[in-house]
Amino acid sequence: LVLLLFCELVARVPWASPTPRAGDMVVNTIHWFRKGLRLHDNPSLRDSIQGADTLRCIYILDPWFAGSSNVGINRWRFLLHCLEDLDASLRKLNSRLFVIRGQPTDVFPRLFKEWHITRLSYEYDSEPFGKERDAAIQKLAKEAAVEVMVRISHTLYDLDKIIELNGGQSPLTYKRFQALINHMDAVELPVETITSEFIKKCATPISEDHDEKFGVPSLEELGFETEGLITAVWPGGETEALMRLERHLERKAWVANFERPRMNANSLLASPTGLSPYLRFGCLSCRLFYFKLTDLYRKVKKNSTPPLSLYGQLLWREFFYTTATNNPCFDKIEGNPVCVQIPWDRNPEALAKWAEGRTGFPWIDAIMTQLRQEGWIHHLARHAVACFLTRGDLWISWEEGMKVFEELLLDADWSVNAGSWMWLSCSSFFQQFFHCYCPVGFGRRTDPNSDYIRRYLPILRGFPAKYIYDPWNAPEEVQKAAKCIIGVHYPRPMVNHAEASRINIERMKQIYQQLSCYRGLGLLATVPANPNNGASGSNVAGVSTGTSQGPGGFSEDQSIQEGTSRTGTQARWLTLLLFKMYNAIKILTCY
Amino acid sequence: MKRVLQGNEQEDGGGTSAGSQETLKRPCKQRRENDLEEEGTRWECLPQEILLHIFQYLPLLDRAYASQVCRGWNQAFHMPELWRCFEFELNQPASSYLKATHPDLIKQIIKRHSNHLQYVSFKVDSSRESAEAACDILSQLVNCSLKTLGLISTARPSFMELPKSHFISALTVVFVNSKSLSSLKIDDTPVDDPSLKVLVANNSDTLKLLKMSSCPHVSPAGILCVADQCHGLRELALNYHLLSDELLIALSSEKHVHLEHLRIDVVSENPGQQFHTIKKSSWDAMVRHSPKFNLVMYFFLYEDEFGPFFRDEIPVTHLYFGRSVSKDVLGRVGLTCPRLVELVVCANGLRPLDEELIRIAQRCTQLSAIGLGECEVSCSAFVEFVKMCGDRLTQLSIMEEVLVPDHRYGLDDIHWEVSKHLGRVWFPDMMPTW
Repeated sequence: LVLLLFCELVARVPWASPTPRAGDMVVNTIHWFRKGLRLHDNPSLRDSIQGADTLRCIYILDPWFAGSSNVGINRWRFLLHCLEDLDASLRKLNSRLFVIRGQPTDVFPRLFKEWHITRLSYEYDSEPFGKERDAAIQKLAKEAAVEVMVRISHTLYDLDKIIELNGGQSPLTYKRFQALINHMDAVELPVETITSEFIKKCATPISEDHDEKFGVPSLEELGFETEGLITAVWPGGETEALMRLERHLERKAWVANFERPRMNANSLLASPTGLSPYLRFGCLSCRLFYFKLTDLYRKVKKNSTPPLSLYGQLLWREFFYTTATNNPCFDKIEGNPVCVQIPWDRNPEALAKWAEGRTGFPWIDAIMTQLRQEGWIHHLARHAVACFLTRGDLWISWEEGMKVFEELLLDADWSVNAGSWMWLSCSSFFQQFFHCYCPVGFGRRTDPNSDYIRRYLPILRGFPAKYIYDPWNAPEEVQKAAKCIIGVHYPRPMVNHAEASRINIERMKQIYQQLSCYRGLGLLATVPANPNNGASGSNVAGVSTGTSQGPGGFSEDQSIQEGTSRTGTQARWLTLLLFKMYNAIKILTCY
Repeated sequence: MKRVLQGNEQEDGGGTSAGSQETLKRPCKQRRENDLEEEGTRWECLPQEILLHIFQYLPLLDRAYASQVCRGWNQAFHMPELWRCFEFELNQPASSYLKATHPDLIKQIIKRHSNHLQYVSFKVDSSRESAEAACDILSQLVNCSLKTLGLISTARPSFMELPKSHFISALTVVFVNSKSLSSLKIDDTPVDDPSLKVLVANNSDTLKLLKMSSCPHVSPAGILCVADQCHGLRELALNYHLLSDELLIALSSEKHVHLEHLRIDVVSENPGQQFHTIKKSSWDAMVRHSPKFNLVMYFFLYEDEFGPFFRDEIPVTHLYFGRSVSKDVLGRVGLTCPRLVELVVCANGLRPLDEELIRIAQRCTQLSAIGLGECEVSCSAFVEFVKMCGDRLTQLSIMEEVLVPDHRYGLDDIHWEVSKHLGRVWFPDMMPTW
């Protein structure tokens, strides 16, 4: 606890003017890159350099761990690109990146000693695992009398302040989160980019054998097989990120429309203006993006105040970081106080079919193929496959889906990935569950020409658009003409969607009826009223009494539920969740 | 014990448990007095009914631990009141993340408490083994009289995988031995006509609720037999293929109590399936007999299968379209469903539903809940719709993408406009941009 407090304290102290030191004291500093792989808007790096005599920028990775980790080759490649780019940029400043092989807790005591380090800086990591790791490093630093500088720059806001504003509880809905954001101090401006002018008094000792000892490793060195690997659709690095940001803004300026673009066939493909992986790795500062957007909006809309929706992409990310920061079980069902316990099926074969794009639904399989090949899919495509895996069709746990995304998705961040999966599987955040994306109809509506399917599933190329989303319904002669027999060359659909969605909606209803204690017939009222919907949290009663529209007294499930045990763990969990929500509401209404 | 009680008080918000708190305080006082008199008798002096009350708050496992404390508590553990309700959880480690009811406990219940059981449910995971285990237990419930039986599949329904005869013989054990079944929930099971006959023969006076959606082995004649004989039936859930004019007439006969809830699932197995129609006069008879009855219909059809539906007036109150439904059908809904209370549309084509929604607002004067998924509605039409319905719209769940900005309203100002007409703060349902 003390350590944590210390860590927070450090995070809050403005380090613009470091503690004055005795004149003869040499300041040797390490900047530890984790996320935040950039030289622009990097406040901890900037502060670290100020008044320092030497600077070493390091990145720590464990090559032995790399190959065996859950992270796929595309994500490693992206990371290595980022590191190479960082090294190249540092070279221009007469410095280098030091890639250290090992584990942070082993590495730091050695480096502190070897390099006579007096200062360590890094970007604040809000995620529970990161906080724990950093606390351990803080302790090691303290033991070695190394000053630690931590600054927030991966998120727009100090998440702890958002939680404080919410009475010490993480907000449970996005609406509530937006309301809180409106009451926060303005987002801090990005700090200046590190230039050779800025760094000139601060040298980096570089040895002859730097490349051998500290060079950026190759994928092969990390134990990956690179034969047949296609060129990266998403090249990593800060340079690329900044180029994309410019293009992104140019395009926005050109269309002069700041509303969320409606999805079409084109938006399914990787876009040269896409930014999400760059935000994930911190090649792009979210604050820089935020202010560039603001400037552009003001310019185009003649100085009117930008609405919150302008920052949608950034705020969703911020929301999930906020909900996750104090919840070490955020990525699990068990022990996670914000997650509804749904009795998901355990079915490894079905899971594998989904993950490998063998479901027999071309729309789902094409998306999963794109994800595996390129590392990115459109957010509505994510909704489609996540819904299919969980509450829509396969009834498989969102944790399993999350793990697959963690392996394949470039922009998968622990908090955002888990949060989105809970959201899409309707396991949290007061989501209505009535709508399931249809694995046939959704694709057909999005891309009626089905170019997307043909691109990622060449085997189906010969099918006419009419049948390509449900090829099992194509007459035999159509299948023959397409040179693709369903059940031979391409799998039959693994579930009957109509049947599965009928069963699953019933299950969700059962679960949520228990949660909300709602006994009426309405489907929509089954989800407990969103306590954060109104800015004042006015509809509190909705959670407790339910807005029963059904017949009073003898209603649908009562007699069945009379028979169910009152002490089932599920029921206890749900009550606990409700109780927590109550508390949150009580606090909200105090505002 | 103390821990759990406290937890319960908190969870109930303090309100409902006030009574129990009082009853708990008294023995405490007694206990203190007893302490003074003679040490050692304090556990025994806890009256059985209070012990029972406490035990009812405890999860089964804690109760089992408590039963090992002393003879008195052990007796309390076996009090019939504690065994009226039981939920058998049957899960296999290979197919579920959930724990299962321990086999030893199941054995003990069958041996010592099966005559106490009244409200029984089986929660079964997707494996055939679990469904089999449920049947094994059912077939041993020979000396009990159940009031409620629920066979609940928590994942993919597995009762369907059992040999029909095996399932039926287990189920009929309960039907024959329980002479006063009032609620029966057997969705997604291979129940058939002959077994329903057994049900009727033994429980016709008491049956109030029957849920049997997706039971493919039941025929319209089978369910008709239930409706003819069970005059107390108030809630019924079944698939559309079992619905007939005769069934509705039977349910509206003078001998029959008012029906409260009829749930119909309209599911298509193959594209292009043909569906029969129900006469308007049959529905009229139903409404005359049970003016307040709720008709809940869930549609899982392909777009071109809606032909026979919504041609005549239908007393549906809750409508759910689980798959894409055409603009045309939604237009007909506005014309034929005057009793509509809730409408949920998961998906529709790309043409905006403006006129259809406005017509529904005009004609469906009871409408109080609406949910729209993959549809399109222009912001102006939506505002108009909300204006017409006003604050009777207690549930308004519209996905953000549904609303198409137009010359009058953008996405940023529509929530103000809608909130104004609703009289409460409203936002569209957002999905993460991720």
